[in-house]
Amino acid sequence: MTTLQPPPAAKARTARPPARGDRRSWRGWGFIGPFVAVFTLVFLAPIVYSIYLSLFRDQLIGGTQFVGLDNYQQALQDDQFWASLGRVSLFLAVQVPIMLFLGLLIALALDSGRLYGTDFFRIAIFLPYAVPAVVATLMWGFMYGTKYGLVGDINDAFGVTLPDPLSSDLVLASIGNIVTWEFVGYNMLIFYSALKVIPNSLYEAAEIDGAGQVRVITAIKLPAIRGALVIATIFSIIGSFQLFNEPNILRPLARNAITTDYTPNFYTYSLSFNGQQHNYSAAVAIIMGLITMVIAYVVQLRGMRKGA
Amino acid sequence: MRRTTGRLMRGLAVLSVLTLGATACGGSDDDSGQKAVSADDVQAALEKGGSVTVWAWEPTLKTVAADFQKKYPKVKINLVGERSGDKHYTALSNAISAEKGVPDVSQVEYFALGQYSLTEGLSDLAPFGADKLKDKYTPGPWNAVSEGDKVYGLPMDSGPMALYYNKKIFDKHKIAVPTTWDEYVEAARKLHKADPKVYIANDAGDAGFTTSMLWQAGSRPYKVDGTKVKVDFSDAGAKKYTDTWQKLIDEKLLAPINGWTDDWYKGLGDGTIATLASGAWMPANFVTGVPNASGDWRAAPMPAWTKGDKASAENGGSSLTVPALGKNKELAYAFVEYANSGAGVQSRVKEGAFPATTADLKTDTFLNTEFEYFGGQKANEIFAESAANVSDDWSYLPFQQYANSIFNDTVGKAYVGNTKLIDGLKSWQDASVKYGKEQGFTVE
Repeated sequence: MTTLQPPPAAKARTARPPARGDRRSWRGWGFIGPFVAVFTLVFLAPIVYSIYLSLFRDQLIGGTQFVGLDNYQQALQDDQFWASLGRVSLFLAVQVPIMLFLGLLIALALDSGRLYGTDFFRIAIFLPYAVPAVVATLMWGFMYGTKYGLVGDINDAFGVTLPDPLSSDLVLASIGNIVTWEFVGYNMLIFYSALKVIPNSLYEAAEIDGAGQVRVITAIKLPAIRGALVIATIFSIIGSFQLFNEPNILRPLARNAITTDYTPNFYTYSLSFNGQQHNYSAAVAIIMGLITMVIAYVVQLRGMRKGA
Repeated sequence: MRRTTGRLMRGLAVLSVLTLGATACGGSDDDSGQKAVSADDVQAALEKGGSVTVWAWEPTLKTVAADFQKKYPKVKINLVGERSGDKHYTALSNAISAEKGVPDVSQVEYFALGQYSLTEGLSDLAPFGADKLKDKYTPGPWNAVSEGDKVYGLPMDSGPMALYYNKKIFDKHKIAVPTTWDEYVEAARKLHKADPKVYIANDAGDAGFTTSMLWQAGSRPYKVDGTKVKVDFSDAGAKKYTDTWQKLIDEKLLAPINGWTDDWYKGLGDGTIATLASGAWMPANFVTGVPNASGDWRAAPMPAWTKGDKASAENGGSSLTVPALGKNKELAYAFVEYANSGAGVQSRVKEGAFPATTADLKTDTFLNTEFEYFGGQKANEIFAESAANVSDDWSYLPFQQYANSIFNDTVGKAYVGNTKLIDGLKSWQDASVKYGKEQGFTVE
């Protein structure tokens, strides 16, 4: 970005004396009041309540007592929590690049103007995003079945033994496959719409200069959609850390592979709903929220700095 | 003087209102435990009518609810039955802690009762007269629902174990039905060799099944004394079980199918799963869940750990309870009593349920009932004998429901990886101990 001059109007305003003397105007509150009320109610209040909850401990024997930051201390030393965080980090490191790369590739292909039926492909690839995650997971779960599912049918039909997608070793990859299927279209659309706003004059200039398609992509298209790339990356990071639906729905099919502490979100869910440890669960959730915020923020800073 | 009196009077008035309010609040908390309810109160409630929400997945309750409504036309029973297992308890615990949407009657399996009675989530039914029903029930289930002179539910059924087996498959491969667990392992090998698609049983790690097997093998891993708890999976019984079961796991003789899934029903129906060691409440589920295999299956006594030994165990079995926060308690109790002690028992037995009431277990009609599904076999004779051989010194943890929810995190590893079953049990023990300590129990 180039340096901005302050708008001239700003200077002029400070010079002007206040129109109504010392009386404060409450009119502004009328405009932001509804926002502040809703924001407080649906955003601040739950966070404050979670923090409040996380400072207590409720036991089957002994009831509720104030424990200060004990829950946080326990969470930081909780192997199950760190293991789950490690799992989603691995997921993030492998699945997100694949998904974004595929999304980008499709967006560039659609944007190249050399394909027939662009509209059809755009809709078809986006369609999985419109399928609710729960339905998508159920559908994939059925296909993954080695007994009566698609994998089982393939095994029977061709007399082969495919590896079980729901085994301990493969289930994370299987979940990655579902998530990729669901979100490639969504990311593709973000990239595609960013590509669409690139002015045509740049392409004309490139053509006059004799640049090939590869050069056009690396020198014009990618730099132009850097903002979109950063946004998509941040969404994907948050999505990975919040992984919950897919493991939760696949679990009945693979109880031994998907443990109750499989992802941080699933762990907090199990703590809260199976173990009735709402307080500890709140502490884990807050720590996880902070970690997500920090990582998303770092990615944003780095992404934007390069873009400057 | 007058002014002072006036002020005093006003002060007194305020004070009495405050105390009234206080007693009212104090009273509402535990009036279920204090106030004795007469039969007349229950009768009056039945005449006045109202609605009772029942959370239960027991299939035979449908007829019971219909009959009950016919008898008391003013009462409406809302039977909510789509949830079972983990999901059921999660929903119930959530409703109780949110103090909202708590059902009037809830099915609770014996293993999970401790958790709810300990936290006072269930009404004591003794004031309704439930304590006088003690002699009607077999000792095992009654031990499970009562604690001192408090009664937290009425036993709905009991689950003395039996070995259900697919006779067609055994006949086809000319293999004898096993009477000991050693023979069982042998039969498993032969069956799977004869037809690689056939497994002796399905087991992908099931807490209820494993604890029942331990129970039969003579293991007593849980010792509970009030808030003192001991967990120990290292006794001789546990070793007997893990040694045998490890063979089945290692040789891949168990179908990796979870119970109560579509795959499971299919497997029971198409001969993939050749036997099922389960409670005596299973026949009703066979009839509704695996209708296509009618006639294929039979019941047999549980295989013994040593030849000739008759020791059996309970698997599952539930009670109907009245949650403390439910609304229509009189009506709720009336329904519970009707279903589990009154006329409801007969209609449930007719549909294949296995009652916990002694009288019903001993009648000739019960013992001579021919199970059409089992090719006319008089299966109740086997179940009744099993019931008589269940030792009642077993106890579950007061937080068994949580322990069961993490079973697959720990023991489950033995079914899919290199972990040995006995080590899996050890880590289950450690996790249970850890949770018990966190919850304020004294754990040894």
